[in-house]
Amino acid sequence: METRLADGQPPGTSGPRGTVIEFKAVNKWFGCLHVLCDIGLAVQAGEVVVVCGPSGSGKSTLIRCVNGLEPIQSGELHVLGECISRAGADMPLLRSRVGMVFQSFNLFPHMTVLENIMLGPIKVKKASRGEAESAARGLLERVQIPDKASAYPANLSGGQQQRVAIARALAMQPGIMLFDEPTSALDPEMINEVLDVMTDLARDGMTMMVVTHEMGFAKRVADRVVFMDGGQVIEEAPPGAFFAAAQSDRAREFLSKILTH
Amino acid sequence: MLDFGVVLKNLGFLLVQGFLGLGAFGGGTLALAVPAIALGFLLGIFIGLARLARSPLVRLPAAAYVELFRGVPLVMVIFWMWFVIPQLLRLPIPEYGVALTAFVIFEAAYFGEIVRAGIQSVPRGQVEAAASIGLTRAQAMLWVVLPQALRNMVPSLVTQMIVLFKDTSLASIIGYVDLTKAAQIVNNREIRPFELYLFIALVYWACAYSMSRFARRFEPRPQGA
Ligand SMILES: Nc1ncnc2c1ncn2[C@@H]1O[C@H](COP(=O)(O)OP(=O)(O)OP(=O)(O)O)[C@@H](O)[C@H]1O
Ligand SMILES: [Mg+2]
Repeated sequence: METRLADGQPPGTSGPRGTVIEFKAVNKWFGCLHVLCDIGLAVQAGEVVVVCGPSGSGKSTLIRCVNGLEPIQSGELHVLGECISRAGADMPLLRSRVGMVFQSFNLFPHMTVLENIMLGPIKVKKASRGEAESAARGLLERVQIPDKASAYPANLSGGQQQRVAIARALAMQPGIMLFDEPTSALDPEMINEVLDVMTDLARDGMTMMVVTHEMGFAKRVADRVVFMDGGQVIEEAPPGAFFAAAQSDRAREFLSKILTH
Repeated sequence: MLDFGVVLKNLGFLLVQGFLGLGAFGGGTLALAVPAIALGFLLGIFIGLARLARSPLVRLPAAAYVELFRGVPLVMVIFWMWFVIPQLLRLPIPEYGVALTAFVIFEAAYFGEIVRAGIQSVPRGQVEAAASIGLTRAQAMLWVVLPQALRNMVPSLVTQMIVLFKDTSLASIIGYVDLTKAAQIVNNREIRPFELYLFIALVYWACAYSMSRFARRFEPRPQGA
């Protein structure tokens, strides 16, 4: 099967290298519920895009389409140079190039932290155990929990679990990282340790799509904010412009709700 | 007047022949139960997986299999294997082959249901996380879902294994010399039913009890810090 994907963004080389995610007139339905309506959106290499909007607006669905966890019904979706909406696209290969971090961590509870991180490299990339382990230990340094290598997920705090989940995704050396409300399940005092790791990633030039309500993170780190409502992209703007002067009523209403508490 | 001397006198025959199957008759409860449990479980894994397959060509036959064998008595399956199949195939099947095949076929339906429920008990997020690092469906099943599913299955799996273990006593009706049949043979000679059947009940109970004790080690530990 002819499925070469464009190379992922190596860490430390930010700057435009073309479009890595492109939605073209994408529609998706759950049964008769139209959850993504005619979405057009492009993300450039090295860009950090924050997706926000009210509950049920389709944010999760949008980013889950990017690694094929949700199929789309019409339109075209290109990711890392590959049209993933055509029949026969090699999804496992695509997903090995796109990292995903979930709200509920989804660590593998029967494996240690190290095994969680090594599973993908060993089974998918056919790395040797030695290589995979030293890479995994390096990643644990990077997310600042090197001492938890042999712990089980159940014995970690939420913030630690989410950082392991980030390390697990990074172990595949993805070209894109997707985050679906990575801090929403965390106690307030743990939110920053996860956001700090994400901020470092962004500084290293990782292309990121982040669904979050952490507007502070969006202001500091995002290159662009995408506001969704009712399955549509209502507005996209750099964070400064978006927070200072959102164009649409719906975005202003959303912001007034979210910023007043 | 109870006289357990009859048990002592025939202990070798009852245990070595009847229980272990290491005598002139072949047979043996363990010689039947152990492979029946192992093969029935193995076949059950495939049936459980087949029931969750995306293709109806795989899923529906597996569902039919489960419904069929859950709906008939075990004795019926044994009789079918004993009387009907040899006639159809025009070849005699020894008692051991009949009993083992009947148990494996019958029990695989139950094990298949346990495996299916166990797999479905693993949260969707686990499959999604496995897919997200690039594992194929088969790899996700093998490395992420099944290990967790098996742990969740342990209690019902052990219950089913104990049931199967005790059900092997039904093989005595086609003349297979297991512990029950051995006791029957001795009783025909000695006419000491109370002592003999009390003794073999104890043997069955001790085995079943140690299986459930052993299984407790593998039960899921309570989650959480
Ligand atoms: N698997 C599904 N089957 C049917 N409907 C679904 C499914 N997943 C999501 N939906 C519906 O699609 C709509 C969009 O859901 P989605 O999860 O993308 O919203 P969201 O913006 O992420 O919301 P939240 O902020 O609550 O996470 C919602 O109305 C939701 O109920
Ligand atoms: Mg969501």
